[in-house]
Amino acid sequence: MARIDVNHVRHSYLPNPQKDADFALREVHHVFEDGGAYALLGPSGCGKTTLLNIISGLLHPSHGQLLFNGKDVTSLSTQERNIAQVFQFPVIYDTMTVYDNLAFPLRNRGVPEADVDRKVRETLEMIDLASWAKKKARGLTADQKQKISLGRGLVRSDVNAILFDEPLTVIDPHMKWVLRSQLKQLHRRFGYTMVYVTHDQTEALTFADQVVVMYDGGIVQIGTPAELFERPRHTFVGYFIGSPGMNVMPVAIDGKTATLGSQRIELPGAPKAAAGKAGSGAIELGIRPEYVRLGNDGMPVTISKVEDLGRHKVVRAKLEGRDIAAVIGEDESVPADPKVRFDPAGINIYADSWRVEMEA
Amino acid sequence: MEKTWNNKAWFLVLPVLVLVAFSAVIPLMTVVNYSVQDTFGNNVFFWAGTEWFEELLSSSRFWEAMVRNLIFSFIILAIEVPLGIFIALNMPKKGWGVPVCLVLMALPLLIPWNVVGTIWQVFGRNDIGLLGYYVNALGIDYNYVQDPFDAWVTVIIMDVWHWTSLVVLLCYAGLVSIPDAFYQAAKIDGASRWAVFRYIQLPKMNRVLLIAVLLRFMDSFMIYTEPFVVTGGGPGNSTTFLSIDLVKTALGQFDLGPAAAMSLVYFLIVLLLSWVFYTVMTNYDAER
Repeated sequence: MARIDVNHVRHSYLPNPQKDADFALREVHHVFEDGGAYALLGPSGCGKTTLLNIISGLLHPSHGQLLFNGKDVTSLSTQERNIAQVFQFPVIYDTMTVYDNLAFPLRNRGVPEADVDRKVRETLEMIDLASWAKKKARGLTADQKQKISLGRGLVRSDVNAILFDEPLTVIDPHMKWVLRSQLKQLHRRFGYTMVYVTHDQTEALTFADQVVVMYDGGIVQIGTPAELFERPRHTFVGYFIGSPGMNVMPVAIDGKTATLGSQRIELPGAPKAAAGKAGSGAIELGIRPEYVRLGNDGMPVTISKVEDLGRHKVVRAKLEGRDIAAVIGEDESVPADPKVRFDPAGINIYADSWRVEMEA
Repeated sequence: MEKTWNNKAWFLVLPVLVLVAFSAVIPLMTVVNYSVQDTFGNNVFFWAGTEWFEELLSSSRFWEAMVRNLIFSFIILAIEVPLGIFIALNMPKKGWGVPVCLVLMALPLLIPWNVVGTIWQVFGRNDIGLLGYYVNALGIDYNYVQDPFDAWVTVIIMDVWHWTSLVVLLCYAGLVSIPDAFYQAAKIDGASRWAVFRYIQLPKMNRVLLIAVLLRFMDSFMIYTEPFVVTGGGPGNSTTFLSIDLVKTALGQFDLGPAAAMSLVYFLIVLLLSWVFYTVMTNYDAER
């Protein structure tokens, strides 16, 4: 297991990158702590797979440096880095048995056959395929195949990290849940450093201790699931995490008061310096639907739709001509003359899409 | 459940049956017809029974041609299949090199058989042929008209030149269908170049290789035009393969009965050997 330092890594698939837009990975500077479970979360094309492949050595970054436990591995090959990686689509050697599939990475490294046997049997137990050992790998179901892919990573106990590239894409929803909890268990038991790429927020939030949200080739926020939910650093994180995403609306700020059209909203504190100044870009107020209170007092809204999701209802409405979503309890009903208030605990202020702190 | 009997479906199958009848069954039956009769012209036929078959199977000429043909097919497969795989493995997978290689590979396949024969017939001549002249100039005594060994070398090189492309293209098609993730996973697993070939590329090429082997076997076993143009079956009978022998019998001597018997035996041998190849390769596939 290793601590992985990603030092100012930039990567472009073009031979001579000039502008920022030429880079698939603009600049990533981050430390993956030894034994941590990380999720890289972001929309398709944001650079998360690129970052993963740079860590595993399948790609070599155009700029920057990669350290494993403080040792520079930037120019080392995948083999020399000793990394395990599980891909989106299960990769199995279908002419081999399940057993031989798991033994393959060990035999390639010249591990004595007695050790191979012991490790493979352990791993088969771990991934719950012991009774399939002698079967040909080709006839298995997608989730069994993906377990084998995973097993080939786990069988080498000395790997520096295990990387997952959207590993559950092809798995049935029910099996997804099972495999995800198995992964979590394995992480707790063996303390692997795990990096898990996904565009599914539920997957990221349940799997990881730390979620790294990526957007447009860069990291926008790193935090626990709660932090991402309560204090999105960037409006993108607000949109991307949570369902429905955060309500973001342009406001004017004056001290502790925000003005939205003809409405005035009291803030929990005055935003610090930057937000008030002219030229710092658009000022926006973000509030999650969970913090929008629907009732008989506050700002008048017109309801356009109520979606009943079973556990709660999502109310779609117009406030000052802008779309706004609110989450209300399953038993609550929409008042005849609906008005909304914003819970101060859920209010965030953004200048130029980046969050600004407020004075207490 | 009660089965519904509806014979209307036969009308849908009928066109195919008629087509197959005219293109295959009826011509084949005329051959069968010839093979059991004797004729002296004027469409007068005499029943000959199994006479032609007995004569054929006891003729050393037939067995010699057969052995020559088997050796030829074996050498062709032994060279073209590994060489084809090797070239396919080394062809570029992306970039401008792909269309260039594909066109270069397809070129020999586009040339008609007799033209290929003529090209090599001239190419190998030691008075005016580029190959023949310079090989002799290097001090190697090469003359495909007089030396049976040289004739064989010429015919084999010609076939390799003409048909290896087919194996290459088929293998290449199999290779490019392998997703990148397999190679990446192999790198992660620390697989050697050989292991990648053995456990990823070869299994994925299995299907197309079967087709390649079958096609090349049948084609080389039935080869006629090129050796006929280059060597005419000689020197002596050294490059007289089954089909050349057959044409000599049927058209040269106009012995329709023996020629028909030979055709049928020939046909059965091709069928049998193709079946053996197919069964062996698919079983091997299933076993693994």
